[in-house]
Amino acid sequence: MIDNLYMPYLMRIERITYEAPGVKTFMLKFVNDADQEKFSYKAGQFGEYSVYGVGESTFCIASPPTRKGYIECTFRQTGKVTNALSGCEEGSIIGFRGPYGNVFPIDEWKGKSLLFIAGGIALPPMRCVIWNALDLRENFKDITIIYGARTVKDLVYKEELKDWELRKDVRLVTTVDPGGESPDWKGEVGFVPTIVEKIAPSSKDTIAIVCGPPVMIKYTFPVLAKLGFTDEMIYTTLENRMKCGFGKCGRCNVGKVYVCKDGPVFTAAQLKELPDEY
Amino acid sequence: MNIDKRLVRKDSLEKLFDILKQNSKKIYAPSEKNGKITFRDAENFKGISTGYIQTTQSSKDITFPRAEKILDYSKSKEGMSVKGIDLKEIPEIILWGVRPCDANGIGELSSIFNWDYKDEIYNNRLSKVTVFGFSCNKSDEYCFCTSVGGNPGNTLGSDILFTRMGDDGDYLAEILTEKGNVIVSIAPQLFEKSENSEKEKYLAEVPVRFNHEEIKNKLDKFFESKEWIEQSLRCLGCGACAYVCPTCACFDIQDEAHGKKGSRVRCWDSCGFSHFTIHTSGHNPRDAQSQRWRQRIMHKFSYMPERLSVYGCTGCGRCSRACPVDMNILENLISIQEVTI
Amino acid sequence: MVDLIKRAKELIESSSVKVVIGYEQGTGNKTRALFVENSEDADKLIFDSRCIQNLAAYITKKEIKEKGKMAVAATLPVMRSIIQLASEFQVTDANILVLGITPESKLIEFGNLAEVEKFVHQYEIEIDVRNKEMLDKLEKMTQPERWQFWIDELAPCFKCYACRAACPMCYCSRCTVDFNQPQWIPVPSTELGNLEWHIMRAIHLTGRCIDCDACYNACPLSIPINLLTKRMLLDAKEHFGGYQPALKGEHLMSTYKPDDKENFIQ
Ligand SMILES: Cc1cc2nc3c(=O)[nH]c(=O)nc-3n(C[C@H](O)[C@H](O)[C@H](O)COP(=O)(O)OP(=O)(O)OC[C@H]3O[C@@H](n4cnc5c(N)ncnc54)[C@H](O)[C@@H]3O)c2cc1C
Ligand code: SF4
Ligand code: SF4
Ligand code: FES
Repeated sequence: MIDNLYMPYLMRIERITYEAPGVKTFMLKFVNDADQEKFSYKAGQFGEYSVYGVGESTFCIASPPTRKGYIECTFRQTGKVTNALSGCEEGSIIGFRGPYGNVFPIDEWKGKSLLFIAGGIALPPMRCVIWNALDLRENFKDITIIYGARTVKDLVYKEELKDWELRKDVRLVTTVDPGGESPDWKGEVGFVPTIVEKIAPSSKDTIAIVCGPPVMIKYTFPVLAKLGFTDEMIYTTLENRMKCGFGKCGRCNVGKVYVCKDGPVFTAAQLKELPDEY
Repeated sequence: MNIDKRLVRKDSLEKLFDILKQNSKKIYAPSEKNGKITFRDAENFKGISTGYIQTTQSSKDITFPRAEKILDYSKSKEGMSVKGIDLKEIPEIILWGVRPCDANGIGELSSIFNWDYKDEIYNNRLSKVTVFGFSCNKSDEYCFCTSVGGNPGNTLGSDILFTRMGDDGDYLAEILTEKGNVIVSIAPQLFEKSENSEKEKYLAEVPVRFNHEEIKNKLDKFFESKEWIEQSLRCLGCGACAYVCPTCACFDIQDEAHGKKGSRVRCWDSCGFSHFTIHTSGHNPRDAQSQRWRQRIMHKFSYMPERLSVYGCTGCGRCSRACPVDMNILENLISIQEVTI
Repeated sequence: MVDLIKRAKELIESSSVKVVIGYEQGTGNKTRALFVENSEDADKLIFDSRCIQNLAAYITKKEIKEKGKMAVAATLPVMRSIIQLASEFQVTDANILVLGITPESKLIEFGNLAEVEKFVHQYEIEIDVRNKEMLDKLEKMTQPERWQFWIDELAPCFKCYACRAACPMCYCSRCTVDFNQPQWIPVPSTELGNLEWHIMRAIHLTGRCIDCDACYNACPLSIPINLLTKRMLLDAKEHFGGYQPALKGEHLMSTYKPDDKENFIQ
């Protein structure tokens, strides 16, 4: 049969993790082993996840390519498809097509330190790279993760955060917005850019990966610049609305750049070249 | 290349139609409804419109249907079964009466559907289409094919190009491809040896109105121009221009459920619609009509040439004819060429 | 329209309004909307029988509204639309000045919307002869015939929404067709979906449609969708009394009256 670009793989939901209000993680396994064998991806890529009869939705692949046999996605319930996904149970069959988009050039980062800065629901896109780096820990120097959410309840991957907290080879800093702390909160309180400024991680031989809502990104870049990060050392992702994922539906472009093909991963230097259309 | 040129007598066209029908060919040809001419399944030769400058809709519907089923699914106790569309079921079609600008548009559309990822549904439909181009002996003030590299007798995209020699004359048929040869072999007697193979003098005269390369270069520095706001003030943000255009390819993907069964459909969409790019957060990168109008022009005259090495406009002028508020793309391109940055 | 040009210049020069909306010569034989923001542009203003686009569609357009107070060269249908829009709180005396163009092509400037209303009420909304004949023909059809008529007519509709965009009453920032929870109207253009879209459109316009034909004129495929709104106009008249847009409108379809006939929905 000729490959139909739009044809998803059938995926079984193996496990559902409740992350935060409205946020869930699905562990998905290929229904057909042959699909599993053909399938490969790299950190930073995304796919189209679908509930048959409802539609498709774009999420990044949140599990690292170093873990074989399954993929994971974490999504927030916000609309038609994400509501339907939320209603799925373990064992349900959904669709997945991908992987699409470019990747974090993790091979090029060998020998450097990594600084991850994430806000809110943007940890999932980053989680894939974090685990990818942790699974290849010997390739990197220091690994620092700064993660913030509105409130303690909104922090996702709570189990993993505990895990990272305990690891000696990772520095984890969690923060919540002022007013979002709980009585027993031991992390930082403050917006992500403020905390980055406070922690003041070194920029020496370091790559910064920043994902989060546009405001967070807007205020974090100048802080990083102050710390000595050049635009080439800073990576982020764009999330323009998508339908096809492969440069045809005409929805995701920022000027002549197609986020689905040329992105979603961009350096701050590349972003500066783009017109204001994201 | 030496093009095989034949003479098709004016009354042979009907015979050709009938013979093709007898050979159970499906023919899509322009016909009229409510005063608008569009490609439809043609039952008989009499119903085919002639004398039109351009059809209201382009023929892109044939290779890129406005609602294309891309898969069927059904849920049952045993699980989920999903079936792609059966490409073998795509019918062979003769597209009759295509203007050279539309035939040219097929190539532009194809470049989108084959940009790295090959869209086999599209390609399969295209592979089953035989294009009968008809040169233009008339044009109107909306036509500008010659400004975007085409011309009223352009052979590009046609399998056979018919040029009428004089108002009531016979036709010169240029057999351009293997698919064209197949047609000739079905009715060889109708494709006679041609004495006269000069078509230029019968063609419409379409003056060149702007330089598309110049426009492209200018657009590189034009993103922030106020011109977009001025041009788009009267634009109401409908999708008429995109839907009649031979090269507009924006689409949406939607599921249609009927109980436990249903299908996924790829359907036309337009960059002119206000919600086209809206993010889940409610933030919209193209919040104003001027930004959406800019996208339409930029996509065709800057992004496509840059990324796909083809322009996204064939100069057919349809969008301008169809626009309910007289957004005239030619007028706007000329003014882009004229304004100083 | 010398008067109109003169008045437009005065209004702009005295900053009484920020923009005057009228018609200019378009391309080919078309006319089109003109937005006069400086007095030289006023010279381009024209008015003749080709000027049929309903300019009231621009009153609610974000980019135009943002400019500030506007004056509109308004024919009778445009004036009707303005009154209907005012009754729906989309426009007030503070943001519009109506430069009326009477059916005899005379310019009259109104002091306020109440005056416009009074003027408008001198004229009944009358369906033209050709469309009336068509409606009669449709009424005489059997129900299956009528169904087939609409299936055939609406089949070509590709959902470009030009009809919606051109209609002054279709100003919702998120139309029912853009809702996906639930998905009231399917997004792709399909036989049934098209029917649903047009029934929805007609129902939402009942008691609001002022019969200007902007939808039909905008349709690139010339689908006679105005027959649906015209039918609704007649039905509403029969069941709920005549319809005239009014500043303190009773909103025909959304106002309950104890003596409403209940068999309407049947
Ligand atoms: C590359 C990429 C990666 C992404 N990764 C993730 C991820 O890992 N996790 C994640 O949670 N999300 C991710 N997203 C975002 C995600 O794709 C969207 O949140 C999701 O597709 C929403 O789909 P939906 O069908 O549930 O919502 P929709 O039904 O499409 O609605 C989303 C919101 O838009 C509104 N809306 C919908 N249609 C309209 C309209 N016509 N007019 C006005 N408002 C409208 C709805 O009310 C709702 O608030 C990613 C996006 C991209 C592009
Ligand atoms: S943009 Fe307009 S003129 Fe150009 S090909 Fe499309 S419809 Fe024709
Ligand atoms: S303008 Fe015509 S084709 Fe477009 S949505 Fe309305 S009826 Fe359909
Ligand atoms: S998502 Fe379709 S073009 Fe990028």
